[in-house]
Amino acid sequence: MNALVVAPLLIPLATLVATLFARPWPRAVAALSLAGALALTGAGLALVALAAQGGILASQAGGWAAPYGITLVIDRLSAAMVAITGIVGSATIVFALARDEDPARGRDFHALVHGLLVGVCGAFITGDVFNLYVWFEVLLVGSFALLVLGGGRRRLAGTVVYVVLNLVATMMFLLAAGLLYGASGSLNMALLAQAFAAGEVPVTAHAAVVLMLTAFSIKAALFPVFGWLPASYHVAWTPVSALFAGLLTKVGVYALIRLVTLFWPEAGIAHEVLLWVACATMLIGVLGAAAQVEVRRILSFHIVSQVGYMILGLALATPLALAGAVFYLIHHIVVKANLFFIGGIAARLTGSERLAAMGGLYAHAPWLAVLFAIPALSLAGIPPLSGFWAKFVLVEASLDARAWVAAGVALVTGLFTLLSMSKIWNEAFLKPHPAGEGSGSAGSGSGGDGSGGGLRSADGLRPALWAVGALAAMTVAIGLAAGPVMDYAVAAAQQLAAPAAYIDAVVRAGGN
Amino acid sequence: MEFLVASAIGVMTAAGIYMVLRARTFPVVIGLSLLTYATNLFLFATGRLAIGQPPVISAAATGYIDPLPQALVLTAIVISFGMTAVVVVMSLRAYLETGNDHVDLPGDASPEAAEDDWKLRARKPAPAAARGGRGERA
Repeated sequence: MNALVVAPLLIPLATLVATLFARPWPRAVAALSLAGALALTGAGLALVALAAQGGILASQAGGWAAPYGITLVIDRLSAAMVAITGIVGSATIVFALARDEDPARGRDFHALVHGLLVGVCGAFITGDVFNLYVWFEVLLVGSFALLVLGGGRRRLAGTVVYVVLNLVATMMFLLAAGLLYGASGSLNMALLAQAFAAGEVPVTAHAAVVLMLTAFSIKAALFPVFGWLPASYHVAWTPVSALFAGLLTKVGVYALIRLVTLFWPEAGIAHEVLLWVACATMLIGVLGAAAQVEVRRILSFHIVSQVGYMILGLALATPLALAGAVFYLIHHIVVKANLFFIGGIAARLTGSERLAAMGGLYAHAPWLAVLFAIPALSLAGIPPLSGFWAKFVLVEASLDARAWVAAGVALVTGLFTLLSMSKIWNEAFLKPHPAGEGSGSAGSGSGGDGSGGGLRSADGLRPALWAVGALAAMTVAIGLAAGPVMDYAVAAAQQLAAPAAYIDAVVRAGGN
Repeated sequence: MEFLVASAIGVMTAAGIYMVLRARTFPVVIGLSLLTYATNLFLFATGRLAIGQPPVISAAATGYIDPLPQALVLTAIVISFGMTAVVVVMSLRAYLETGNDHVDLPGDASPEAAEDDWKLRARKPAPAAARGGRGERA
């Protein structure tokens, strides 16, 4: 059991080392990398199966009991996050197998992705505040190198913004961790939660938590501090930006959910603030998207807007709302990564990422249009797809909590999201390609030969399509099988809403 | 001593924030380093300030100093050292590639830069050579 708890760390780490040794053989690197990601997915799913039995698994590194050892905890939420990390990681690696003009960046890409996955998984399963800081740094180092992969002015410009903002946020987090330790004498989340619940902590500890939440708000791109995200995500290589879009802000959201539910399980002033922040994030994000003219910039603003929904669930703090937030996390990671993949393929086929210079994709590549429609409609919350259930639960929870404004904002944001998605649809798919009127239909006739016009052929993109198709299928599956997923999310929310079990599991784990 | 340490942390934080808010990469790197120093010093001080006390159990001890913040601060120093190196490399590369050390690089707004490099290469062969050459130089 203990071996499985550390598997999400060991698998990517071992893969990272293996890919470095295999560096002279690109095929071996790709194969190892994919095998590692699939193994991570398998371990994640096994953890989900274990966590679904109801218990919370805790393991103490080195066999030292709770206050001394570093705790690793798997509850329903973290197990689901590890599984989804493995899935999105695998999809990203498959996508990156598509032939690219620049094979050199592929080699470092795999090692860096696994470096990033170690950090992400570590952040999901750690039960120690300082350890969380370390995992954040691990994933940051990986993300810096990934973001700049391939070079070029535009990428460097975006990366500098990303690096500086993230380092400042991490510094704030470290400061808060120090303050928390100074005030309470512990860094173990469970023991801290115990002290908070018993009212044994001075007011400085609460101030430290506020500082920590601010730091995570920057990471999660919440309302006043989201500016770095749309300035940097769209510059990365397509698989990288999809991985970031799926996972990185969600690590911040996860940390917010974990800390708020542990330290302040009762709704209070912090929840009130978070509620307004969530509303502002939803609205400003989607309005920002409306002003953009590049595919991945539009999608970046939508990340901001969608994060608002998850925080809405956290802010309402009822079990139903938390379940909505958990469901939203799972749904959003899959959908958003997929949209970035498709944005990248569309940009590659049309030769541009600006909507004005795109077009003709519906005639040129109808399969891509279908694949785009699934996550796009899911993002907007159209009924049979996963996004609908996520939004439905959150709106219902806000109505239950009499948060009328939040419910209204959530619905309006859904409408704007649909508008924004139809903008991409009209411009990139329906409109003829500006480079040549007839090229689109000619291309469709010969099954994707775009040599005559501005549209390029989809040769060599087959692995990318597998990745996109698999994620789209998952979106549909989550939508159709919403019952079991929602049951899991509700059970995860019950664990979050009652931190006593979490504390108990960690304290009991002891040094065995 | 408390006053000295506290004011050192405060001054370094203030200077760090001021430097980070400058729009050029070199002051930003210096500012980030200063912020790191301030944070590390703060972490160190969370174990309370005491002199001449043993950190581990000893028979002759009259009191103890908390050893944990020292371990934390060592970790934090190592990490921040690595991070600073990454930031320096990134800023240098950005400066060499764009000839400009603004944090808000103007490259994003120019129409030429709005196209990703591989797309340019695929569509127009001529600028592809120029771009490739630039990449090799850096």
